[in-house]
Order: sequence, then C-alpha cells, then structure tokens
Amino acid sequence: MSEYFPYIIIMAGVTYLIRMIPLTCFQKELKSPFIQSFLYYVPYAVLGAMTFPAVFTSAGDLISSLTATLVACLLAYKEKSLLIVASFACLCAYVTNLILML
Amino acid sequence: MDKQNTLRFQNGLKDGIPIALGYLSVSFTFGLTAISMGIPLEVAVVISLTNLTSAGQFAALELIAIFSSYTEMIFTQLLINLRYALMSLSLSQKVEKNMPTHQRMLMSYGITDEIFALAAAKEQPLTCAYFCGLMLLPICGWTFGTWLGGATTTLMPDDIRSAMGIAIYGMFLAIIIPPAKKQTAIRNVVLLAAVLSCLMEILSSFLSISGGFALILCTLVAAAFGAWRYPIQKENSR
Repeated sequence: MSEYFPYIIIMAGVTYLIRMIPLTCFQKELKSPFIQSFLYYVPYAVLGAMTFPAVFTSAGDLISSLTATLVACLLAYKEKSLLIVASFACLCAYVTNLILML
Repeated sequence: MDKQNTLRFQNGLKDGIPIALGYLSVSFTFGLTAISMGIPLEVAVVISLTNLTSAGQFAALELIAIFSSYTEMIFTQLLINLRYALMSLSLSQKVEKNMPTHQRMLMSYGITDEIFALAAAKEQPLTCAYFCGLMLLPICGWTFGTWLGGATTTLMPDDIRSAMGIAIYGMFLAIIIPPAKKQTAIRNVVLLAAVLSCLMEILSSFLSISGGFALILCTLVAAAFGAWRYPIQKENSR
C-alpha cells in the first residue's frame, strides 16, 4: 500500500484543486473562445490518444484484440451503452482466443 | 440543517439515483481493470473514493502500474481533468449569491461530468444542500462498484482476465464514437489524437519519451487543433 500512497495523494490533490479553484476563486466567466473550445475538445483528444494504439494489444494477442476492437466499434457506432460495448468486446476477445487455441 | 435545506438535500438524493446506477457499472470495470493490472483492491477503492473521475483514474492506473514519475502523474491528471475547471467555473456563476467559501470547497469534490450536467440544467440558483444530496449516492456507487469489480476479478481465471483487458477501451470507444459520428469537429480531433498516438508508439524506440508525456502531447496538439479549426459557439460545452 505504501508505495502507492504518493500517487493517490497526487491524483486526488490535483483533481480536487482543478475542481475547487475556479468555483472558489473565479467570479467572472472566461471570455476566450479558444480556451473554451480547447477545454471542450480535451476529453475527446485524451480518449482518442489513450485508446489507440493500446486497444490493438489490450486483450493479449493481436488477432483477438483486433476482432474485439472491430466488434466494439460497431456496437459503439450503433450507440449501445458503455457496459454493453465493453462486455461484448471482452466476450469477443475471449471467444476468439478459444478458437485460436484449437 | 433547517427544513428547507433538508428538502433540498432529499431532492438532490433523488436526482442522484440514476447517476449512481450508471457509476456502479463503470466503476465495476475500473475495479476489475485495476486488479488485472496488478494493483491491490484497497488501493483501487481508495483511488475511487478520493478521485471520483473515470478517465483520470483509468489513465492513472497505467502510470501506477509501471511506477512512472510523480511529474507525469501530475501533468496527466491536470490535462485529463482540466475540463472540470470549466465546469467548476460555470458552477461559480450558478451557485446562490453569497455562498460561503467552505460550502464551495465541499461542493467542488463532487464535480463530475454527469453531476455537473444535472446541476447545470436546474433553473434555480444552486444550493449546497441540493448539490451534496446530488453527489452522495454517485460517490457511494462509484466506490462500491470499484470494490465489487475488483473483488469479482480476483476470483476469475487468467484467460478471462486477459480478455477483460479490452473492457476499458470498449468503454472509451462507446464514449467517443457516438459524438464523433455526429460532429465532424469531434471526429477529426479524435482521429488526429489517435494518429499522433500511434506515431508516438512507432517512434518510441527512437525517441525517449514516456507514455504519460506522449499522451499529454497528443492531447494538447489535437485539442488545440480542434479549438483553432472548429471554435465552439458559446455555452456548447457539456
């Protein structure tokens, strides 16, 4: 536990300060459209960069990961819920792995 | 707490129920991802209770698993959670007049995408009592779901756990693909970030750049590109 402690403190501290400082300090709204737009796109950029290329090797080997990624993309495109997409991706990876082992 | 505040608190609790249910399933995935990456269950639960954020926690798992530097952790969290600053700022315009600082500091802990969305949609000025009611159940759901996910995973055989590794990315895809389908701007930002990230991975054998900083770099460039190329109209942010 102790080796994880600094990480937890840092994460929690940084995340809290981000949430706390504007609400307690700022009384005026940010005017810059660039900053507003930037903040709006940040979550998408982060998720895009985090997902690729990591997803291609996330389920062990390349083939089962690729198959599962394809299934996940299709389900996400059909706007299924987070839980459905995640579960079917896992199931698909598992089944593909089983078939490959035959 | 006087009668009016009790009522506000109860209203908040009620509004928080659907968020809590949603969080239960997402944090379940967080719990099992943490365990599958070799992070102890109690650490995962404490992370959930103290951070209350999905993308930031998932990114942190990867950093903790490889024991990366504290600097990387600070910058990754700062960047991923920067959107909360915008929500916090927006709430600062929405709270009732003369709200004392300690109430603002208490509320800040509960600012998440979903809680913010609900609170921001309210007509009346935001009270601390309502907001605290609103965030209580989601906090419980988030923390309990993490424990449940982690505890379940510990009992699972290896091949199932390995297949579970893709769960988090499945979730990410489910978050980014629907809006990317509808908005060209989001689609291009996601694509740019993905392409940059793949390039970084390919180049990682030549450049000595760590995963955490690569993520920050990709994000900065892609989000700045989006802001420059497709500036949003006012109050478009969620």
